[in-house]
Amino acid sequence: MSGLGAAFAEAWRLLAGLDPQLIQIVALSLQVSLTAVVVASAIGLPLGALIAVERFPGRPTLIVLLNALMGLPPVVVGLLVYLLLSRAGPLGSLGILFTPSAMIIAQTVLIVPIVAALARQTLEDAWCEYEEQLRSLGAARHTAALTLIWDTRFSLVTILLAGFGRAAAEVGAVMIVGGNIDGVTRVMTTAIALETSKGDLPLALGLGIVLIGLVVALNAAASLVKEVAARRYG
Amino acid sequence: MLPLVLEEVSFVANGRRILDHITVEIAAGPRTVILGPNGAGKSVLMRICHGLVRPSAGRVRWLGRNGVGRQAMVFQRPVMLRRSALANIVYGLKLAGVHRRERELRGRDVLEAVGLEACAEQPARLLSGGEQQRLALARAWALGPEVLFLDEPTANLDPRATREVESIIGQIRASGTKIVMTTHNLGQARRLGDEILFMDGGRIVERAMVERFFRQPVTGEAAAFIRGELPWN
Repeated sequence: MSGLGAAFAEAWRLLAGLDPQLIQIVALSLQVSLTAVVVASAIGLPLGALIAVERFPGRPTLIVLLNALMGLPPVVVGLLVYLLLSRAGPLGSLGILFTPSAMIIAQTVLIVPIVAALARQTLEDAWCEYEEQLRSLGAARHTAALTLIWDTRFSLVTILLAGFGRAAAEVGAVMIVGGNIDGVTRVMTTAIALETSKGDLPLALGLGIVLIGLVVALNAAASLVKEVAARRYG
Repeated sequence: MLPLVLEEVSFVANGRRILDHITVEIAAGPRTVILGPNGAGKSVLMRICHGLVRPSAGRVRWLGRNGVGRQAMVFQRPVMLRRSALANIVYGLKLAGVHRRERELRGRDVLEAVGLEACAEQPARLLSGGEQQRLALARAWALGPEVLFLDEPTANLDPRATREVESIIGQIRASGTKIVMTTHNLGQARRLGDEILFMDGGRIVERAMVERFFRQPVTGEAAAFIRGELPWN
């Protein structure tokens, strides 16, 4: 128990002193996961909107598949991206394995289904309400999809946060394609795993506290945005 | 684009026949009120006329000017986008291909015409039910439609908001737009209609000018409907 107490104290010291190693790891985590969220939104939101407003053969199957892919195990995604990017793989010539780019790709693959599936649900509900009005005004499908995305933007923020939470919290994918190289591809989760196995609990705990704090802060920000928006726009 | 001609139009959903071989011509000029009890098929008929729903059988044809022209529709429950009142009108004008500089001018004009000029910058979804319906009318009116379809436009409104909406419908009519409206309210049909299409059970049972329809309904269904209405309507 005293060991745990000492670890907490050390963790606070690292945090309060803005330990450079800690800062670097946190910064890389944010850079990788935020970039992955941006890329995943660029793919997932239009995809979700398209499935929400279009009717085509195989649509129910696609929805089931997309929902199932929300639970993709990160290590499997890591393995697949590893195979793609390894020297012998189809994208091996890019030479980006064990770089932050590879980690961004892996996390993007991981969260595109989350963004697309949750956005599809939100946008389809909105489409039920808007469809006749938008079609009456002469909106083509893609215009309607963009209008829906814009009109549900405050709900979509929550979805993007869920994606970010998933990306920032996973270990398996970034570990496999990033390699947890000190100063290059070491992020919060891989550092926590490593430091814990080495017995360096203070750094691990410090990172853990930052990770949890970050997720809480982002969710607080999101619910604030939603509440303000609801009051302002109805 | 008028007249609008429906030939043998039927609509079947989930094995239920909602419209049953409807043949009718709707011409320019008189305000047409589609009257009938709930479930008669009024709303579906109107959606088929407007092109939102495809009939299961039969044909819908606009005979005038090769079918070219603008039509608009206002629904029982207005659907407002999460943006300002003015932006809701501008959105419709943009989809209609109106030039950017003209959109806001026209938007402000129609807002003034429906008495909402003070609400231009307010979020549309925070307006009252009556105001939202007036905004929906403004959005449709701004398009300068040749035909305006109104589906029970006052069914959710209180008497005062109903009066305001009816007065705006009068203005739109005066600006040269053909009005086609559904209602189950006899008073409203009398006030706003020139001719009545009386529907029951998915068929047009009787068609007559308003005055004749109420004085001397020909069919038993129409007579029963007129008698059955509660006195305070």
